[in-house]
Amino acid sequence: MSYIEFLKEYGPRFWDGTLVTAGQFFLASALAIVIALVAGLMKLSRNGLIRGIAVVYIEIFRGTSLLVQLYWIFFVLPLFGLTLPKFTAGFVAVGMNLGAYGAELVRGGIQSVPKGQWEAAYALSMSPMRRMWRIILPQAFVNMLPPWGNLLIELLKNTALVALISVSDLMFEAKQINGSTFLSAQTFGTALIIYYVFARFIVTPFMRWLELVMRRKLGRA
Amino acid sequence: MGFNWNWEFTWEILPKLMHATLNTLMAAGFGYAIAVVLGMVFALAQRTPYWALTKVVREFIEFIRSTPLILQIFFVYYVGPQFGLKLGPWTAGMIAIGLHYSAYLSEVYRGGLDAVPKGQWEACTALNMSTRDTYWRIVIPQAIPPALAGMGNYLVGIFKDTPMLSVIGVAELMHTANAIGSSSYRYLEPYTLVGIIFLAISLPTAALIRVFEDRVRRKLGLK
Repeated sequence: MSYIEFLKEYGPRFWDGTLVTAGQFFLASALAIVIALVAGLMKLSRNGLIRGIAVVYIEIFRGTSLLVQLYWIFFVLPLFGLTLPKFTAGFVAVGMNLGAYGAELVRGGIQSVPKGQWEAAYALSMSPMRRMWRIILPQAFVNMLPPWGNLLIELLKNTALVALISVSDLMFEAKQINGSTFLSAQTFGTALIIYYVFARFIVTPFMRWLELVMRRKLGRA
Repeated sequence: MGFNWNWEFTWEILPKLMHATLNTLMAAGFGYAIAVVLGMVFALAQRTPYWALTKVVREFIEFIRSTPLILQIFFVYYVGPQFGLKLGPWTAGMIAIGLHYSAYLSEVYRGGLDAVPKGQWEACTALNMSTRDTYWRIVIPQAIPPALAGMGNYLVGIFKDTPMLSVIGVAELMHTANAIGSSSYRYLEPYTLVGIIFLAISLPTAALIRVFEDRVRRKLGLK
């Protein structure tokens, strides 16, 4: 079978898998961003208990493997009466894992905002909430965008693991096609290229564009 | 089944998991050894004057860094036999994980190499040192300390990625936990224990690496 015939026959399945991977990517990214923001802010809290919770969360999710977390959420949580469908379990595990890494970026980003900005907001008698939302976070956001670009690539790659709990993403389809055709080089090669294109020609340019827009909004470009 | 932690079962499976932990550590160690060496080769290859070589290595690294490790493991394991080259799970796993991390480490080295001041190079030229001596005796020793933090992070990273090797049948922690789970239908204990073992190794290691890094920096008078 030539490669063209191979693509004609299995192209639609690769496409379906890619759509599921894209879905996992967007949902996990959204979850990771929310968790990173909450855990990152909690880690900067003056309250020891709140800070402690964030530290425990971050260390647990950064200290163990995503695969362990994924299996735990999928196989063990049901024993506690919380059964998640596999699609949900997939993006929840990936999002929670990357959210822990993102929390450190949020913390670093907020700490990188010059002290004068905090003082100025205080001098204008802004409420702490308003100061954080209108003054600190927008600047922190711009500072942490470049590492977030890398993190989102990591996230995209990590979504491939959800295939192991049978979510029919790109990785899963590739495995299935390989199992029935034994054309490993074509199958896994195609999947590798799709992931590469997704990362380098969609995620990375989007992040670059976002960096530019944000810098312009803050008048730094 | 419900939530009931069975201690008897825990003690029964713990020795198996401990044994598998050794395999996990070995896999991480071998993979890292490959990555440390190969990463330097990739980093140096990008500094050669051969335009084509530099470009190819650069693209190769980008490719490896933006595709999933698990897919690369499958690729290495299954593509060999298609062309008559059969690799065992260990060999395939070590090649895949070593190659994956060598791409990351080469970026760490690259940062370190770029950070060596230009004057050091000029001094080497002035002393008429060969390229080999320049790299080996002057540049690389100065490039490593700033790279240590990144190298340490990836050591922990490779350790945490070894469970992916279970998919091709390397008998490490995750593989053993899966086997225990599917033969006893108890998932709570094996998966929780695996999580705890990972925490128990990666947290102290990360802390040790920070201490070690600090020491090296101080020794070299960088701090």
